[in-house]
Amino acid sequence: MTLGARVIACLDVDQGRVVKGVNFLDLRDAGDPCELAQVYNDRGIDELVFLDITASHFDRGITLDLVRRTADTVFIPLTVGGGVRSVQDIDHLLRAGADKVSINTAAIARPELLKEASERFGSQCIVLSIDARRDPEMPSGFGVTTHGGRQSTGIDAVEWARQGEALGVGEILLNSMDADGTKSGFDLSLIAAIREAITIPVIASGGAGALEHFPPAIEAGANAVLAASVFHFGEISISQVKSELAKAGIPVRQVGIDTT
Amino acid sequence: MTVSPSVVVLDYGFGNVRSAVRALENVGAQVVLTSDFETAMEADGLVIPGVGAFAACMAGINAVRGSQLVDARLIADRPVLGICVGMQIMFDRGIEHGVDTAGLGQWPGTVDQLQAPVIPHMGWNTVHVPSESELFRGIEGEEFYFVHSYAAKTWAMSRSDLYQPDPYQRPAVVSYCEYGESFIAAVENGPLSAVQFHPEKSGNAGLALLGNWVSTL
Repeated sequence: MTLGARVIACLDVDQGRVVKGVNFLDLRDAGDPCELAQVYNDRGIDELVFLDITASHFDRGITLDLVRRTADTVFIPLTVGGGVRSVQDIDHLLRAGADKVSINTAAIARPELLKEASERFGSQCIVLSIDARRDPEMPSGFGVTTHGGRQSTGIDAVEWARQGEALGVGEILLNSMDADGTKSGFDLSLIAAIREAITIPVIASGGAGALEHFPPAIEAGANAVLAASVFHFGEISISQVKSELAKAGIPVRQVGIDTT
Repeated sequence: MTVSPSVVVLDYGFGNVRSAVRALENVGAQVVLTSDFETAMEADGLVIPGVGAFAACMAGINAVRGSQLVDARLIADRPVLGICVGMQIMFDRGIEHGVDTAGLGQWPGTVDQLQAPVIPHMGWNTVHVPSESELFRGIEGEEFYFVHSYAAKTWAMSRSDLYQPDPYQRPAVVSYCEYGESFIAAVENGPLSAVQFHPEKSGNAGLALLGNWVSTL
């Protein structure tokens, strides 16, 4: 009788196809996102994230089609993010079948977008995605970055999470740009610092490379763990992650755990 | 041969209702998304979805004469299923950010904030299901997907409040969930059922629950 820690798969999508960058730079193709979503659903994933990295706004129609196709066949929560700039973008994604929309760069440029979006659509469907990197010049030691971690914004990551919560977002998607692609584990001090500052759920992302990396992220204060390439390339299964969490005494949704 | 039951998902301008439509179709219903009063009245089943704020949902419901619609259906013993905020508005009132809003008043009680360290309650949780439940038949031990910050905590209905059309005067079947505290996860009360979680987002367990409801239509 306890809320389970969520295991989330993130699919980076470019013009309707799945890709995954190592540190967002070196892209590899891994198939049709909708089919992949169904496979993940069958294997007991708790939630899915589509991160749309399509460069041109012109091609966004492809993404909306993909969201529609996926929402029509996969009956688990779907978050869509990437290039979300306006209340209208959010409206389109929610109407297409997304349950939550994650906002990143556009909120840095104009924080009021978070307030407008959460007031209009409800906090529960607005996710603030933060690309954080260790930065000794920031009070918390973590700064907010853009452009795949290459550009510093001069904003403190912990303060930004706090502000996001105050502006009404329902969840933080916390990406460690230091850990991303390294497969050396989640940035536990980043997770702990954010957890201490806010009371909305936190999804830990970046750095998952081995089974033993997952329980410490939850123990550090995350409510969900997100991974991409280790899942896509079959290095780690959903079932293994859930079993590993359960072994550490962390409640998980039983669907997907291999009980045989 | 049985004809597949018709279901109207009430369209009053909120959130992602596409999934609810598709999930109901998936379990064999013929689904129409509309706010048309007559169509909603005539359907075998009516689903009231709802996300976001209680007050905003009530404003949307009132704009499509949802209160009269639910009353009329229940008096005629025609099934209604509320989902998430669509369940919350069945109670007397909702209190969010200090704003006290009247609900549809089908059930006594108040919806207010959950007391837990992390809010919203977001993710998969299990439900305490009484053995008489028809909605949860075959899926009693399953987990369902919740996303909410507010909930009805206590069931305050007495037998005399029960719907007259129910010839058996059965007591309501109330299922509970725990997150920081105990709250109502589902109610089955004659023609009126409601769930706090999202069956349309709860994988196979959620589809099974919707299938159970559709099979009663």
